[in-house]
Amino acid sequence: MSVDEKMVRRIANLARIGVTDDEVPALAKELSAIIGFVEQLSELDTDGVKPLTSAVDAKIRGREDVVNDGGYAEDVLANAPEKDDAYFAVPKVVE
Amino acid sequence: MTDLTELNLADARDGLAKKEFSAVELTQAHIDRVAASAALNAYVLETPEKALDMAAASDAKIAAGEARPLEGLPIGVKDLFCTKDVRTTACSNILGDFTPPYESTVTQNLWADGAVMLGKLNNDEFAMGSSNETSRFGPVVNPWKTGDTQLVPGGSSGGSSAAVAARLGIAATATDTGGSIRQPAAFTGTVGLKPTYGRCSRWGIVAFASSLDQAGPITHTVRDAAMMLNSMASFDKRDTTSVERDVPDYEAALTGNIKGLRVGIPQEYRVDNMPAEIENLWQQGIDWLKAAGAEIVDVSLPHTKYALPAYYIIAPAEASSNLARYDGVRYGARQQGVDIDDMYAQTRAAGFGDEVKRRVMIGTYALSAGYYDAYYVKALQVRRLIAEDFIKAYEKCDVLLTPTTPSAAFELGKNVEDPLKMYLNDVFTVTVNLAGLPGISVPAGLDASGLPLGLQLIGKAFGEEELLRTAAVLEEAAGFDAQPQDWWSA
Repeated sequence: MSVDEKMVRRIANLARIGVTDDEVPALAKELSAIIGFVEQLSELDTDGVKPLTSAVDAKIRGREDVVNDGGYAEDVLANAPEKDDAYFAVPKVVE
Repeated sequence: MTDLTELNLADARDGLAKKEFSAVELTQAHIDRVAASAALNAYVLETPEKALDMAAASDAKIAAGEARPLEGLPIGVKDLFCTKDVRTTACSNILGDFTPPYESTVTQNLWADGAVMLGKLNNDEFAMGSSNETSRFGPVVNPWKTGDTQLVPGGSSGGSSAAVAARLGIAATATDTGGSIRQPAAFTGTVGLKPTYGRCSRWGIVAFASSLDQAGPITHTVRDAAMMLNSMASFDKRDTTSVERDVPDYEAALTGNIKGLRVGIPQEYRVDNMPAEIENLWQQGIDWLKAAGAEIVDVSLPHTKYALPAYYIIAPAEASSNLARYDGVRYGARQQGVDIDDMYAQTRAAGFGDEVKRRVMIGTYALSAGYYDAYYVKALQVRRLIAEDFIKAYEKCDVLLTPTTPSAAFELGKNVEDPLKMYLNDVFTVTVNLAGLPGISVPAGLDASGLPLGLQLIGKAFGEEELLRTAAVLEEAAGFDAQPQDWWSA
């Protein structure tokens, strides 16, 4: 299946990556080539094969549901592009 | 005094123990060499003052008879590892001047064992690449070259491989998601070890594809790799996939004895158009191991050809999820937008390079409604078939021997315009990540133009001791001692 320009805009929007009109045709071509390559997988019969999500079969460990870390807002905010007191600041979301 | 940058890790450790030189002298020799190496672009941040402070502390430890396993040994750190108060960018613009207030577990383990940090090493942006040409800091140049042609050092750990080959650090940390330790090691005549998934903590390492990422060392020798792994490996509660298992003494595993070991040769790795030199080197490797007392067994890994296409769905899918965090809110370089959605889109458009955008978009596509089953689930099913291939092969053998790469290092810029061609570099390495197994590349010979070639050994899960023991025998038989001519020092 090839990725057309409409699909490129849809994926870019889902991925929150701004694309210019100039970039779309080249992206459509590149993504189509990659999708064409991975489509070899459809040759394989995988009916009934259980998907493998992790090479480690051990159960993911849980932990006690307690507060065991924190109390350093200054460190957390140290790299923020914009902050206000102990908060990250972003453009206005609610009118 | 001999040139201290000529030493490998084990020899430098022994020299320090015998007080033939100090950690400060050893570190200063490397700092000077790094400072003159701008032509290689291996380091993206040098930390000489920190290095000298750490070295002075090491000299005090040595004087007090309290030397730790890597005391006073200067190493480089891939810029994917978070280092406290030292800029960490994954070589992406989107991280801006991000300066972590914490230290990754792997680097913390190394410092706790006395190692000295020389600085941060270049890599492909977010470790996405096989030539170290996608870094925001520009490409790394391989210290090896043919005539006047500049070559890539491999990727994504190209800064690590170039630095070790050019002796800009006795060893380096690296990470491997599809071959990013082993392929650059093969391209630079160095040893590259990717441990079993779960052996080294991923905590504090910038994530690319979390079910595949694993940290490991690039070194001069197999013994050095064992020394590094002794420190890098640990159980870490902060990484939920870290495996709770004792760390054995990997150096002690290097007994030199592989009598009776069964070495599997996977027939599917004889790919079309493989250069005769690589085919011959592989045969040579078989003969070396046989001469050392190993038994050679033909095995089959029937789904090998589907590993790359499965990888190029799974890794981008995980990357698209992992990289969602780079939104210009909590850290990194923000771009202004007309509203918050536009701010995200502009920040990510300006901050990510072309290859990262391609992979995030492929991953987003494979995970999107209507395509999830056809691409993502399908790839995970194929991943199981690939993992089962190895389980079946290991009923007949203990380790596998293959070439590391289908070619020697190639010219800078040669494959940049063709992502698919670039992806084929990982054809022999990527299966190992999908199955979560350990693999090591050992320099084994030179091609006709004098460039290094590597052989890869693949072990069973948590079979690092057997893997390293076999690698050391292969290394000894190959007797690889070629070094790149120094053309870069200013």
